[in-house]
Amino acid sequence: MLNLDSKCPTGDIETRWTRHKFNMKLVNPANRRKHSIIIVGTGLAGASAAASLAELGYHVKSFCYHGSPRRAHSIAAQGGINAAKNYKNDGDSIHRLFYDTVKGGDFRSRESNVHRLAEVSVNIIDQCVAQGVPFAREYGGLLDNRSFGGTQVSRTFYARGQTGQQLLLGAYSSMMRQVGLGQIDLFTRREMMDLVVIDGQARGIITRNVVTGEIERHSADAVLLATGGCSNVYYLSTNAINCNVSAAYRCFKRGAGFANPAFMQIHPTCIPVSGDYQSKLTLMSESLRNDGRVWVPKQPNDRRLATQIPEAERDYFLERRYPSFGNLVPRDVASRNAKMVCDEGRGVGPTKEAVCLDFADAIKRMGQEKIAEKYGNLFEMYQRITGENPYEVPMRIFPAPHYTMGGLWVDYNLMTTIPGLFAIGEANFSDHGANRLGASALMQGLADGYFVVPYTLANYIASTSIKPVSPQVGEFSDCASDVQKRIDKLFAVKGPKPTTDFHRRLGRMMWNDVGMSRTKDGTQKVIGSIGKLRQEFWSELRVPGDAHNANTSLEHAARVADFLEFAEIVALDANARDESCGGHFREEFQTPENEARRDDEKFSHVAVFEYQGENKPVIRNQEELKFEYVKPSQRSYK
Amino acid sequence: MSAQALMTLKLRIWRQKDAQSAGRMEEHELSGISEHMSFLEMLDFLNEKLTREGKIPFNFESDCREGICGSCSLVINGIAHGPGKAKATCQLHMRSFKNGDTICIEPWRAAAFPVIKDLAVDRSAFDRIISAGGYVSVNVGSAPEGNSIPVPKNVADYAFSSATCIGCGACVAACKNASAMLFVSAKVSQFSVLPQGQAERKSRVQNMVAQMEREQFGACTNEAECSAVCPKEIPFENIVRLNREFIRSNFSPSEFE
Repeated sequence: MLNLDSKCPTGDIETRWTRHKFNMKLVNPANRRKHSIIIVGTGLAGASAAASLAELGYHVKSFCYHGSPRRAHSIAAQGGINAAKNYKNDGDSIHRLFYDTVKGGDFRSRESNVHRLAEVSVNIIDQCVAQGVPFAREYGGLLDNRSFGGTQVSRTFYARGQTGQQLLLGAYSSMMRQVGLGQIDLFTRREMMDLVVIDGQARGIITRNVVTGEIERHSADAVLLATGGCSNVYYLSTNAINCNVSAAYRCFKRGAGFANPAFMQIHPTCIPVSGDYQSKLTLMSESLRNDGRVWVPKQPNDRRLATQIPEAERDYFLERRYPSFGNLVPRDVASRNAKMVCDEGRGVGPTKEAVCLDFADAIKRMGQEKIAEKYGNLFEMYQRITGENPYEVPMRIFPAPHYTMGGLWVDYNLMTTIPGLFAIGEANFSDHGANRLGASALMQGLADGYFVVPYTLANYIASTSIKPVSPQVGEFSDCASDVQKRIDKLFAVKGPKPTTDFHRRLGRMMWNDVGMSRTKDGTQKVIGSIGKLRQEFWSELRVPGDAHNANTSLEHAARVADFLEFAEIVALDANARDESCGGHFREEFQTPENEARRDDEKFSHVAVFEYQGENKPVIRNQEELKFEYVKPSQRSYK
Repeated sequence: MSAQALMTLKLRIWRQKDAQSAGRMEEHELSGISEHMSFLEMLDFLNEKLTREGKIPFNFESDCREGICGSCSLVINGIAHGPGKAKATCQLHMRSFKNGDTICIEPWRAAAFPVIKDLAVDRSAFDRIISAGGYVSVNVGSAPEGNSIPVPKNVADYAFSSATCIGCGACVAACKNASAMLFVSAKVSQFSVLPQGQAERKSRVQNMVAQMEREQFGACTNEAECSAVCPKEIPFENIVRLNREFIRSNFSPSEFE
């Protein structure tokens, strides 16, 4: 059994983090340089943690598989970052951001964590502005905001449609400054292959140098995992093609609990699939729903072009079903409704798996120039991919896997069930419950890296006995030899099929049975299918080339090998959670109006999976959730 | 949608085992290409075919595949990122080509960007330039309230358009001198107009330019090939600003005027 003590402070929620900070131990500035910290990943969470820990004086070793830390996938986040600044004077507050996030997550997140996130949100904006992040401004020179789904206030800060890029470059520049100062050793083109646990503590990692093929050992006093999400278990997703679950999954196999794997976010506004060769899906920022109207024809099998369908024969289904939130309902609700209308045969476009996102009214109201200023780069991106001009014809959009709310289980200090192993950003599970609200991923990544982990890591170091360790000890050697064996095994299959064959098929299985809508039967059956596919992988895979130089085929094969195991845990969780909540929609559990029906009696908990060894079933543990400040209710956006 | 004809192409692709080995062009004929494929999906398709045939696929870099991470880096028919304006290689679609075309695919070529394998090159020189000065020195915790630093909208917009640089290196690949001036000018311009960048305005440009020179990038001879291929259309005028900032910092090298 895993120890799932959340270590959340109790008492008045508004002072929990402040009191906790005071109660935590500190590391003397002169002693910090004696402690080395490994940080894997250089997205918003990893780069911000590396920068702030290095500024504090710790010796940081930062790892990424990219050629440069700036290429991490946070760079692709478009829409914005939330903060409870209330600059718009529209009734926002820390408490409201907290409330919206708990409710948006469909009451499956921890109140303490979410409140802390809302508190530090305001510091994030200050930090980023000071770094020179060019946020959008009003004519008076002050910061501008816009609205996002699931809220009724304007609290989203943005930099045109490239907010993730600008925030990441801010964190990256702070991090590179510390590289220049010698506080950070930067290891690019390194893939984390395994975690080294010594005497129950995370003490290092094994990496593969993806240029030379060398298997390397790195030791430290603590390991921070900032390795992002795993939507690529669906093959097609909005994630970058190299995003993977391997680092987190390897930690799972070394004893870290994995929480809520079934909580996957399917983002409503993506460019639909156009063919079998497709390698990824492209997101169109949710901010488009501020001005775009979502509709399908009223009649099924309407074969007319969108522009030929008269107003009276269109169904603006989100505005109709949710008059108060309209097109700005949360992502899970928008996605599910798009699927529903397509299942009724009312989808548009060649595949009938798409709905219209129409800007005609907004262009009429504000003029094309204003729309171009707000969304120009997104419109261009759309036109480039589809060959259609969205100023003239409605965009066609469809949901696609985008974000994983689940991740490594962490306590309030962001530490996993392995002492000394922390997980931050999308790699952990803690703040978004069963559904993440738009513009909250950037907020969480930077909150964890800039403002949470620098305190909680210090507390761990100051209150734990950490003995010196050499990377030559037995545990490192054993772990490195495990890694070598796994690599050899991939080459040894010598079958006829490239990795992509298996990845694509796994993706289709997951999308059909563990995607936007799930059933007890479907999730049960898919577990068997995944097992068969895994067997086939290990008998028919071909990895070309060798392991002694750059070989992207090998990297992909190793990641898909892990996806083929991880997928089963996603399906197990979806199968066990007999309720619908947030992004997890089980067809058996819905209200007469087809809304998600939670079961707070039985499922007001975090499901935490525990690895027991090869060929042994995983254990599903539970951390009970308590709601003292936001009373669980049926979410209504009507 | 009408059934579309699939294309057959002749591909000439750079093959190079590693930085030490000599490279050469290798020819492949590839059929079954849809106009809706992206250029990189066409290469994926070729690589899958090579793998099935027991051959070695080509190594190339890509990640986000939506034009923002800056990983992809191919010279296509002699043009960095291929035909068309304002896009990275990953945003190029096969509808830009026609059946029977010969397509020549090469890596970025510059002394400062050594080839890693085939089409992938090492661009860490850019990271070292940023490390030398491409930042505002502000430690976490010491930032003032965001709205206490007003920035006029036109200044913020200008800073933003410079800050959109994705660090792909096409500017270097397109330049006959392999100059990195457009890359450096983008960062220097962003910070030189913002109030947050003033404290280190002079040392920043000095340090970044010095590092640029150490990395063996060439000088700028005003041909503007860099801007022509830039996926984010960083204007050539930024180089003018870089030169001005550099000269200004030489006249009064300390941060005091």
